[in-house]
Amino acid sequence: MPLQGNIRDFSTTQLLNLINLARKTGTLTIFEGIKTGEKDAMGNEKLAPGAPRANVAFNTGKLIFAAMDSQDGNLVSVLNKAGKLTDEQARIIRERAKNTTDKALAMLLINANYVSQSDIVNSIKQHTLDVVYNLLTWAEGPFRFDDGKMPGNERIMVPIDLENVIIEGSRRIKEAEKLVEHLPNLDFALKFPENPKEKFKGIHLSVEEWRVGSSGNPQSTSRQIAKANNMSDMEIRRIVYGLEQAGLVELVKPPGMDSTGTTRTRPKAARTPQVQKNVVNKLIDKIKSI
Amino acid sequence: MQTVKMVITGPFSSGKTEFIRSISEIEVVSTERGISENTAESMEKENTTVAMDFGRITVDDDLVLYLFGTPGQRRFDFMWEILAEGMLGFVVMVDSAKPETFREAKSILETFRAYANTPYVVAANKQDHPDAWAADDLRIALRIEDNVKLLPCIAKDKESVKNVLLELLYSILEEMEG
Repeated sequence: MPLQGNIRDFSTTQLLNLINLARKTGTLTIFEGIKTGEKDAMGNEKLAPGAPRANVAFNTGKLIFAAMDSQDGNLVSVLNKAGKLTDEQARIIRERAKNTTDKALAMLLINANYVSQSDIVNSIKQHTLDVVYNLLTWAEGPFRFDDGKMPGNERIMVPIDLENVIIEGSRRIKEAEKLVEHLPNLDFALKFPENPKEKFKGIHLSVEEWRVGSSGNPQSTSRQIAKANNMSDMEIRRIVYGLEQAGLVELVKPPGMDSTGTTRTRPKAARTPQVQKNVVNKLIDKIKSI
Repeated sequence: MQTVKMVITGPFSSGKTEFIRSISEIEVVSTERGISENTAESMEKENTTVAMDFGRITVDDDLVLYLFGTPGQRRFDFMWEILAEGMLGFVVMVDSAKPETFREAKSILETFRAYANTPYVVAANKQDHPDAWAADDLRIALRIEDNVKLLPCIAKDKESVKNVLLELLYSILEEMEG
């Protein structure tokens, strides 16, 4: 039987927990939601699955692969993002190894002493975790878990225990909630200093922070910057937040969003009946005989 | 004559009325009303229970089992506490093919547990539906403890309903013996 629904109703964290506890093997796909104009049983807008947004594969409850549809997740990009290949090296390898599978490319890169085996394993592991941590923050979207479905053999799969992913994911969800509250959407323009190199001089920034901070066009939105730098929504939010707090960028915030909650009063305890065992046995016999 | 009462509860459209209908010896006394058009509920079914469903199983001249089905819609939840009064045990029906109702099912389960410390079972209904979640997955999804029975169920199938009620009665018996 398929596991399908909407992460609005059954969150990705809950899904990971289920997959972990049930030691499931298969692929979880989260889709773009297409509005159907109908309501579901709880009165929420029913969303039909559209294009896949992310695929996450598991083997006996362990995370082994994750890919975001909007991101280039091949080995060269992963190693480039991890700082194991320079932009120039990545460009050349992409040109020369167009039709080479990730596994074959990994062998070539190791043999050519570009990277070590542990560089590859660690980079893929980090990439997989980044994808999963990002999709843990998604609030809505149809999902389906296909039992037994696995990524192609050409992919390099690194098994990762889910327990820590769930704990760390939950922590990041809380962090993400704060970031989303601060930066509700990514369509605001970022205003950079006149001369970023001068302004940022002497400040210790990560590679990603430099990339965002030096994105040139003062009209760029954070969404555009994220796309240009192959970053997820949460990555750009975290960086923009940090840069803004340090006074290195300015942004114009659109109106925030409200959330409401309801509470229910605790009921009084009801009286429970005094019934003899023979009454229950008589009921059992009767129901068996129906 | 002694009467014994069990409550069948669960979210809207989880199959409570159907469950009682499958086993009751009398035509179910139902307080169904047509659902207003253009609501989420109207897409699901035409009628819904507004006060309760009532079914009966006569054991002998001295003993009758009453089955009370609760209204599934939240706006009728003032009936729940009234129906829970004096129940021997309860069944929480879950539509296995509608994950959007799982949170509501869990909330109803907790509400009824708070009403009375009586045994209960969870019926994973509509197991014949192609989109139904397996009972084992539902247990994890609803965070049902291992010592609580979670039973695959098809409410329109009398044998399946009998099995759920029997398992609830066995739980009641075990508690009495414990």
